[in-house]
Amino acid sequence: MFKTLLARARQGNRTAPYPVPDPGLPALFRGRPVLDPAKCVDGCAACVDVCPTDALRVSEAGPELDLGRCIFCGDCVAACPEGAITLSRDWRLAASKREGLVATGDRPLQIDALGRELRRLLGRSLRLRQVSAGGCNGCEVEVNALGNVVFDASRFGIDFVASPRHADGVLVTGPVTANMKEALLITYEAIAEPKLVIAAGACAISGGLFRDHQEVSNGVEGLLPVDLYVPGCPPHPLTILDGLLRLLGRL
Amino acid sequence: MTHFARTRNAVPLRADAVPFVEIEIFRREVLQAVDAGGRLLLLTGLSRKNGETRLLAAIADDAQGEIALSSTIVGRAYPALTTDCPAAHHFEREIHEQWGVYPRGHPWLKPVRFPPAGPTIGKADFFTVAGAEIHEVAVGPVHAGIIEPGHFRFNCHGERVIHLEISLGYQHRGIERALQGGPHRGTLHLAETIAGDTTAGHTIAYCQIVEGLSGTACSPRAQTWRALALELERIANHIGDLGALAGDVGFLPAAAFCGRLRGDALNMTALLCGSRLGRGWIRPGGISLDPAAETLRELKRRLRDAERDMRNAVDLLWKSSSVRGRFENIGILTQQVAADLGAVGPPARASGVDRDARRDFPAPLYSERLPAVAVGDAGDVFARAQQRWREIENSIAFIGQLLDEPAGGAARSAAQEHGLAPNAIIASIVEGWRGEILHLALTDPAGRFAGYKIVDPSFRNWFALATAMRGQAITDFPLCNKSFNLSYCGHDL
Repeated sequence: MFKTLLARARQGNRTAPYPVPDPGLPALFRGRPVLDPAKCVDGCAACVDVCPTDALRVSEAGPELDLGRCIFCGDCVAACPEGAITLSRDWRLAASKREGLVATGDRPLQIDALGRELRRLLGRSLRLRQVSAGGCNGCEVEVNALGNVVFDASRFGIDFVASPRHADGVLVTGPVTANMKEALLITYEAIAEPKLVIAAGACAISGGLFRDHQEVSNGVEGLLPVDLYVPGCPPHPLTILDGLLRLLGRL
Repeated sequence: MTHFARTRNAVPLRADAVPFVEIEIFRREVLQAVDAGGRLLLLTGLSRKNGETRLLAAIADDAQGEIALSSTIVGRAYPALTTDCPAAHHFEREIHEQWGVYPRGHPWLKPVRFPPAGPTIGKADFFTVAGAEIHEVAVGPVHAGIIEPGHFRFNCHGERVIHLEISLGYQHRGIERALQGGPHRGTLHLAETIAGDTTAGHTIAYCQIVEGLSGTACSPRAQTWRALALELERIANHIGDLGALAGDVGFLPAAAFCGRLRGDALNMTALLCGSRLGRGWIRPGGISLDPAAETLRELKRRLRDAERDMRNAVDLLWKSSSVRGRFENIGILTQQVAADLGAVGPPARASGVDRDARRDFPAPLYSERLPAVAVGDAGDVFARAQQRWREIENSIAFIGQLLDEPAGGAARSAAQEHGLAPNAIIASIVEGWRGEILHLALTDPAGRFAGYKIVDPSFRNWFALATAMRGQAITDFPLCNKSFNLSYCGHDL
């Protein structure tokens, strides 16, 4: 007992305060893209050609990057001869509408907080059932990290529970494999109304790298009504936490 | 072993250099090679023509660091190797599922991944135990925690597990199929997501394939940073699992400390490349970013702090009798069973099987410097936990050496990613944190992948977990499972 207390003192308090203006993400962190249409050269599609998930499009208004497909690999940044694409350190990437994930220019993403009644019900206590449906354990690792003492989502009343019967919503990762589709839908059915759906990671939002594989369903697209999209491959734990808190109207 | 072509890790051969022999000779020589101390690295279908399937076997000679390849042609059926070589058991189930070839005499050709064309997942014959007091506990595919899906069936007498049936395939995303015809713009990224927690391991295995087939040499400096990425991945996952083991026996202080320390290790990788999982760092020809001197100093400082705190957290585990009481003599994997099944990685080493690809198949990684290899003997949960810690210690010491004298050279050599050597075959081996990762590629006349085979260490180890559970209390399953911590998607692909 004494040894345990001594160790506790030595290990210290490690919980990272949130929200803070700068959470100390690494200098090389690849977050929200900033696109500069003024730098685009007519007829150039170098970025489009290298994108592994067809997330980029160049229209007359300039480049558009669909964060629902983007895996933040930075291949487009390296391919652009004019430096029109940069990935900023902004970790706040979640949005409540699918079309809201299309990045143009230098625009933060929009989250509409839940309505008053849902906020009253869930705002201070949100229990989620996580379902991995083909996730590579990248998103799962980062969702798991929300439970450690650093990100400590439970201080905001957000917890992950074992039974869908105890949950207020489902957080889905992975492209929804054909082999997990039924289990995912049964889990969703088992959650009592009102219930939320959170799609975390490029795979869950659009199928990501596995889009249009015959073995997957292109994420939750057309399967479940999504309340929050959290882009990334995988999303940083703070990206998920920030999205959840804003959905709950806590930020 | 007369009808074998020999090569080394990541060194290509002309595809026609691999001998073709009659199935009787193939079977006899593969079994002889295994009897003589060789290890069945791979047994797989390779191609199909006119209703006939070409099977390929790869035998590892761990002492010499050599890979021996042989092949045969079979029709609809052939005499199974599993009856004489248990390590072939899962490979032959896979051959049956992927190629429709029937290995005669195989004990049970259960589906491996339930691909779209086959039977519906979950609707299968499972091994069952009968008897008045026998009951069955079914778990999954959706598990209690934030983990990947799989289906477990425990045949129990009271609390004692007589047999654990593991049925996977829920994570099947069609990766091997998607790699055919490549490399293309998504190939590298697919390799990064074969098993997300093993990004460095699988990406290096893939890059070695491309480099071998294009004759690209990575600089010693790039090799150094790749080794660093691999060891940081090992540390992060091992310390995370030690925390999870502590959590499974309700010892929350160590669970909390190790959970934080896992994040610290992931953040070290992020310091070097921006991604906690090392995404986007390892590229064919080397690495995308050469860390600055200032970054390396910061890494050293963080590693020193983390080591101190890890030691403190883990000491608490070893010195708590309540923890040791739950870890010791639980889930024993004997050396004999581990060797027979072809188990790899920490579970094999914790059972006394001295096998580590970093030492046994060093080229091109670890060609000059080697981390120490820890080997245990008891094969129980405690041995596997201690194994993880000893590997962490060795990795930290090794990283210290790497950082003290970083090698020279360019971060990245220009690697030709398209138009690889045509009609070639190459095997690439990397010791990931879970154990030996094998990628094998065959190219077509245009230098594109005609076949791409991935063997995650989990593919070899899942059945070892099932055997370790025999006779155990069902309540000890989470503990046994976590001490192996195998990958679902790495298996399901």
